[in-house]
Formats: sequence, C-alpha cells, structure tokens
Amino acid sequence: MSDKDSLEARPAVGQPVLSATHVTKQFRVSGGHITAVDDVSVDFHAGKVLAVVGESGSGKSTLARMLLRLMPVTSGTISYQGKDVTHIKGAELRKYWRDVQAVFQDPFSSFNQFYTVGQTLRRGMGAQGLEKETLEQLIETCLGYVGLKPGDAVHKYPHQLSGGQRQRVMIARALMMNPKVLLADEATSMLDASLRVSALNVLQDLRENLGLTVLFITHDIGQACYLADEVVVMEHGLIVERGTTDEVIFEPKNEYTKRLLADVPDLKGSLKVSKDF
Amino acid sequence: MTSILMRASNLTAVYAADSGQDVPAVDNVTLEVPEGQIVGLAGESGCGKTTMGNALAMIANPPLYVVAGKMEIDDEEIDLSTLARGSNEAHRPYRGSTVSLLPQGAMNAVSPTLKVKNLVIDVMRAHKRDTTVAEAMDRATDRLKMLEMPTRVLDSYAHQLSGGMKQRMVTVVSTLLNPKLLIADEPTSALDVSSQKALIEMLLAMVEKKIMRGVIFITHDLPVLSMVTDRLAIMYAGKIVENGPTEELVNNARHPYTSALLSSVLDPTEETRTKHVLGIPGSPPNLGNPPSGCRFHPRCQFAMDVCKVEEPKFLNERDHEVACWWANDHAYETVPMEVYKA
Repeated sequence: MSDKDSLEARPAVGQPVLSATHVTKQFRVSGGHITAVDDVSVDFHAGKVLAVVGESGSGKSTLARMLLRLMPVTSGTISYQGKDVTHIKGAELRKYWRDVQAVFQDPFSSFNQFYTVGQTLRRGMGAQGLEKETLEQLIETCLGYVGLKPGDAVHKYPHQLSGGQRQRVMIARALMMNPKVLLADEATSMLDASLRVSALNVLQDLRENLGLTVLFITHDIGQACYLADEVVVMEHGLIVERGTTDEVIFEPKNEYTKRLLADVPDLKGSLKVSKDF
Repeated sequence: MTSILMRASNLTAVYAADSGQDVPAVDNVTLEVPEGQIVGLAGESGCGKTTMGNALAMIANPPLYVVAGKMEIDDEEIDLSTLARGSNEAHRPYRGSTVSLLPQGAMNAVSPTLKVKNLVIDVMRAHKRDTTVAEAMDRATDRLKMLEMPTRVLDSYAHQLSGGMKQRMVTVVSTLLNPKLLIADEPTSALDVSSQKALIEMLLAMVEKKIMRGVIFITHDLPVLSMVTDRLAIMYAGKIVENGPTEELVNNARHPYTSALLSSVLDPTEETRTKHVLGIPGSPPNLGNPPSGCRFHPRCQFAMDVCKVEEPKFLNERDHEVACWWANDHAYETVPMEVYKA
C-alpha cells in the first residue's frame, strides 16, 4: 500500500464497485459442455456485504474465480469501478489484484509451514518496495484490524495458531494491499461455530470501519443472515433469487430458496423434525 | 430403562511430542452409548473429539498412544491401551466389525482409479479373506436397496458421484460388516444442507434397521447434532464437561461452555439478524500445560475463585451430568445466554 493508494478515495457507499454482466462460463467435457455459470449479472455495491448462497455445484466459486480474473469468462463482461477488466493483462491486472483480494476456504493449506506469520506477511508485500519501518507498521495495523496482537502473532508458526487465527492472518494479509473489495469464498466453513463468529465479526467490523466491499460466498444461510446486506441465491449456474437479506431469507419467493431454507438444521425446531424421519 | 451398548471408561490418550512431554488430548474420559441411540460429541477444534474417536475405534497410531482405558461392549471387555506389545494385532479383530470408524474426509480418500465395487470387495476381504466377489456384491446391493440408494453407484468411479452421494456411499461401505458401534467423524461438515439432510436421514434409517446398534457422531455443528442425536456430550480441552439427553441439553445448558457454543450458532432467524454474537473470548488452552482447576475458567464469564484451583466433579441432575462450579451453586438453572450476545 503506497501513500498514494492509501489516500485513494473509496467509492461512495452504495455505488456499484464490481459488476458481472451477462457472464457465462462453460467447461468442455466429453461429448459437449456444461454451463457452470449461465448468463449471470450482478453488482457489488461499495461498503456492502453481498452473500452468494447455493448448494455445492451451483456455480458460486466459478463466479468468484471469474470475478477474481483467475479464470477466463466464456462470454460476458466483468467491470471494476466502471472499467471493463474482463481481458486486462500485465500491470493493469496486477493493480486489479491489489484492489480485489480474496480469502479462500482452507486456512490450513494457505501457509508455508516453515514461515512465521511475520515472514508470510512480509513476503506478500515483497514486490511493493516498502521501507522496512512502513512495512512493519502496516503489518501491525492489519493484524490489529483482525483482532490479533501483532507483537505476539508475527513470531508464530502456522501450527501454533488455531484455525480461526490462521483465517484472520489470511484476512490481514489481504488487507495489507488496501483492497477495495474482499472476496471470501467459503472462508469460514472450515471453522467451528465460535471461531466462525469471530471471523464474521472481523468482516463486519471491516465493512463498518473501513467501508470494505465484501463478497461472501457460502452454503450456510445462517452466516449470510448474520453478515450480509444483500443475498443472491444460485442454482445450477443461474441466479434464481436476489434481494436484501431480509427479503430473501424471511420472505423467499423462489421455490429453491424455500427448500434451501427448509433444509437448514435448526437447533430447536429440528428436535421435532428428527422424529418424523 | 435403555441398556448400555458401549461404555468406555477412564480413557486417556496422549500425543508424544518431540520435546519428550506427553500431551494428553483425551484425559480420563468416560462415555456411554445406550443401545440403539446416537450420541453426539461436540466441542471446538482441538478439544479432543477426533482423538477420542480414534482411540475408541482402536486405530491410534504413533505419536498418539492410548495410555489407559477400557471399553465394555456387549458383555465384552476390551483394553484400549496401545502401549502393550502386540496391541495392534490384539485390536485388529474388533476394527470394522465391533467398532467401525468413518474418518474425517473419508469421501476424499476413495481411490480415483477404482470403481466403488472394488472398494467394497477390498473392505470385505480385509476382514474375511475368502469372501467371493458375488458375496461382496450381494451384501452391498442388498444394503443399498435397504437404504433406498441406487445400486448403480457400485459401478461408478468416485468422480462420477456428487459429494453427498460419495459420503453416503462411504458410510454404507464402512458399515457393511454390521459393526456394533459406528463412529462417524465430521461426516456432514463438507456437505451442503440438502446433502447433510440426506445423510442424516440415511444414518437414522440405518439405526432403525439395526445395521449398527449405536453411533457416536462427532462434529462441531450443533444444529446437525441436535437434529440427529439422542444424547450429547460436550468436550473441552480433553475432558467431557457436560453430557445429557440432546433436547434437555440444548434447552437447558448447564455449563457456560455449552451455552457459549449454543449462542455461537447462527440460525437464519430475526434474532441472528439483529444481535451481535460475541463468541467465546480467548482460545482453547495448550493441552501440554492446561489451566489449573476447571480448564474453561480463563474464558468463562461465570468463573469464581474456586474454579481456578479445584477441578469440578460431575453433578448428576436427572440424567444430565455437568462438571461446573457455577452449576453446583445454581441447581437446575440454565446458564443465561444473554452474556454472549449484544
């Protein structure tokens, strides 16, 4: 994060910052192709959390990879801050990757076991040409954002951290780039309930305090309910329902959304359901 | 009164660390599984659930050693200790037939180059060397039909099955030998809600059809446990801190740790939308050097002086056991959950 970047104004809250327009992704298989994402159009608004929910295989992660420019689109456009980024390359793409950061599902495989947290974070910023003092200050600030004590955490190896702490380090690593958008693909699904809550609280704080735009991909509707401002429901590569969290979760219109909600195990209601099996 | 299928008592399992210090991941734990029931084992990551499952399934491998513990199952007493010479061979006859383990991530361990039927044959022959292909296929086909699953899965490769179907398939294969007890370790964690429900329905059908006589279901997902289990045991830092009938425990949590776990569950409800869940402060302790007294006291909102110095004994209230000094002072009172939400 250079001084110039850090001073760069974030988009006004509510403005579309990242958009997918008529995006389709097809994979070739023997005897034809399968459409993993089918003509999807969606806007991510600045300073908001948008959750994409759906079952395994609904196309959530494929959409995320295309938005991250880790996978080419078959057709359609991805635009960032009003500019078409579908086919950008080189320095432009690297700049895009600085602005749109990601945290993935498995906090255990994202680390090099031989590096401490400090080394991991410093290496991530290696190409940015920051002075040592600025870099250390940045590490301290970002670890602070995610609720870790910098003096303690930087000396630890991955095996000395819990799953929740590792995922927080991954969020801190993403924040060091001063991103405008954070894409969390099932980032909390490997964590147990209490660690999950603490990771979600970190994302909530980042949205409130830093105005970060978060794209939260999950199959857990409870998490979407807790964190998201808007929810998009995907089935077989299509968006079948979208709206505010309250609309989608408490007044679902689509049959698939209703079924998804009905299948969510519920702590108390399910006690009766279990007897009906 | 329901008879007891399995009782594991005074189970202690340690990891031998390079430093020479033993780290007790399961510390003097006793657990019972009543006949025909599903018992849930819940707790945070690293609390010893999987270690306990491995010790009970008699598959402890170095650096994990079962130091002490015995299992009484169906009038038979098994010494679970793995320290004695030859214990590996001694335990072999019990694996798969007396106790079967469905390990974490089992569905990803299926060979990508073999069809499911080859896995079935391998499993059957590992226990009975002269099993013919026809016998193995008959057994698997009957079992799939009994559970209303398509028999075509036997002719499929793992990549041709969805995640949910793969998990159900490995569950069926792990119970082909009709084990008395099935230990299922996080069987639903990698599945979406619809596949979770299908697996849960299948497990309940298996118990009902007496394919196995009891199940220990290990997961950190409390809503799933409340859906499937008859009883719940909550583990913290290598010890069981609360144990009772599921409905009673969910509605009347007596240990602050149980209450904190329950309050961290995010249901899609109005309350989840409006409340800020605080979670459990701090992290689980280092088991090599656990806190004195009650192990949860450094993170407990209700800790008293006695909690720091003396380990609480189990208090039994109507089949609901809890080891907590706060519960001792507040008989039959539910821990107030409000402290975990703002």
